[in-house]
Amino acid sequence: MELFTNQVLAGIATGAIYACMALAVVMIYQAIDHLNFAQGEMAMFSTFISWQLMQWGVPYWGAFVITLAIAFVGGIAIERILFRPLAKAPILTNVAGFIALYAIINSTAGLIWDFTIKQYPTPFGSAPFLGSQLISTHQAGMIGVTMLLLAGLYFFFRYTRIGLAMRAAASLPESARLVGINTSWMIALGWGMAAAIGSIAGMLIAPVVFLEPNMMAGVLIYGFAAAVLGGLSSPFGAVVGGFLVGIFENLAGTYIPGVGNELKLPIALALIISVLVVKPAGLFGRHIVKRV
Amino acid sequence: MSAAEEVVAEGHRAVEAVPKRAMTLSTTTSLVVLAALLVTPLLAKNFIVFQMTMLLIYGLAVLALNILTGGSGQFSLGQSAFYAVGAYTTAVLMEQFNINYALTLPIAGVICFGFGFLFGQPALRLSGVYLALATFALATAMPQLLKLNFLEHWTGGVQGLVVTKPDAPFGLPMSQDMWLYYFTLAVTLAIYIFSVNLLRSRSGRAFMAIRDNEIAASSMGVNVALYKTLAFGVSAGITGIAGGLSAIAVQFVAPDSYTIALAISLFLGMVVGGVGWLPGSFVGAAFIIFVPNIAEGISKGLSGAVFGVLLFLVIYLVPHGARQVAIVSQQLLGKLRKN
Repeated sequence: MELFTNQVLAGIATGAIYACMALAVVMIYQAIDHLNFAQGEMAMFSTFISWQLMQWGVPYWGAFVITLAIAFVGGIAIERILFRPLAKAPILTNVAGFIALYAIINSTAGLIWDFTIKQYPTPFGSAPFLGSQLISTHQAGMIGVTMLLLAGLYFFFRYTRIGLAMRAAASLPESARLVGINTSWMIALGWGMAAAIGSIAGMLIAPVVFLEPNMMAGVLIYGFAAAVLGGLSSPFGAVVGGFLVGIFENLAGTYIPGVGNELKLPIALALIISVLVVKPAGLFGRHIVKRV
Repeated sequence: MSAAEEVVAEGHRAVEAVPKRAMTLSTTTSLVVLAALLVTPLLAKNFIVFQMTMLLIYGLAVLALNILTGGSGQFSLGQSAFYAVGAYTTAVLMEQFNINYALTLPIAGVICFGFGFLFGQPALRLSGVYLALATFALATAMPQLLKLNFLEHWTGGVQGLVVTKPDAPFGLPMSQDMWLYYFTLAVTLAIYIFSVNLLRSRSGRAFMAIRDNEIAASSMGVNVALYKTLAFGVSAGITGIAGGLSAIAVQFVAPDSYTIALAISLFLGMVVGGVGWLPGSFVGAAFIIFVPNIAEGISKGLSGAVFGVLLFLVIYLVPHGARQVAIVSQQLLGKLRKN
């Protein structure tokens, strides 16, 4: 029983990473109605920027805020420059664009900062949290930040004019335009916010997985899986999904015989798919009714 | 209807509606292309012949994805898994059971068809992003499954298997590469003709009806579940044959040759060639084989970035892929004829 509790706790600790990334995924999904494969790389690049700032002597929180601003502006710039021209192109062409962006960012970061693993500081310290060896203060801090972000996003999408406008623009662009929403800028804003949230995720994840250009590849997959499991339209679902994926992954690794580190991912994904087969819109997603 | 539900008209389709006439080339063009494919290896070096063989093989795999996505509107990131199953079937049958290479291909095709058809069953309940995730899971699981201990006796585990390259039969005066090229060309041609006819048939029309509007299709009496899984099966079967051919051509199979990166390349090939345009599959295959090499040639350190930029250039210029080029040039030809 103690093994079980410990594994669940460890799962929650890793789940916090996925939850954080899943929030960024939900953000972009709310804005553009599909998933951005380059999101992890954008987060990685922002994290490198903050690392570079700290190397230049900027204190942690200063670097944090500056990186957030750079990521926000950068996200908007990417949308305006690279994806605005593709607005009328088929969706699959856009997806190809995301893959191209992924390749560009990954390779550029590798050239600027090379592929060696770098230490990344944490503002929360890494002592055991409340005497538990399984969760460090950093991971507890990460869970706290994720919760704050979640609350912020919830209020943003539910109670602010701009959040509501963004949701309208994503779900029914034509009707949204008719009521006077500038849908094109809503999309750009969504990119900016997703990039900013991604940069927070990146900066929180980096102390755990270490900083290097490929650090987000695995995390993004789990982030996608978490967001899809929770329901892509719900930030709350994304966070729950993140923790669930973390727990699934750990328990599968512990209790199913013959599962090494490498089979953890397929098993976690298989579980998620079994959930989706029963609940196709995810655990907390809205069911979409289609008409002809 | 509860307040938590959203009603969406099926106006925004993920995949464009391509009429079936627009899915192929005219007879004259096809014959010219075929003649070019027949003659080129006689003039080229062995390495180029090998690359052309790979082009045909990747072309087949992209074609298979095209039938699934462009034809029936389903999306898959799991093609690399079917490709791997095909490659391993051929390799294991050839090396462990001494079966003739040509006979292993239909077996690989049938096994993959069954596998795809079965996978299509749970996938029926998923669409769009969810289906992408499910197929993605399949693609990430496959290399790990191939490494499993109890299969090692047949698959060779992490080491993989070495496959012997077949000689030209009947004492034909041909190099192994050239014989393999013509063999691949024959298989490709047969599958291409099969695919064109499939899309023109009753099943093909059912695929397209589902792609364009699933609800309307089902109310017209199309058995949606059957045709969606059938599309998965056919697509997987063709991918499996392509995988089998690749095992013979590369002379080697190993779990890590069939990762998600392969599935993503095939997807890019489909987009570059034009979703729903079958001949474009081969253009897309050329893109995914040659452009990474070109990018590497331009800059070693930044090859990924150069590849990304080239990809962006292509999708800016022709967002609908090679199909758009074909349509524009056809219109230009039409104008010239009138003058």
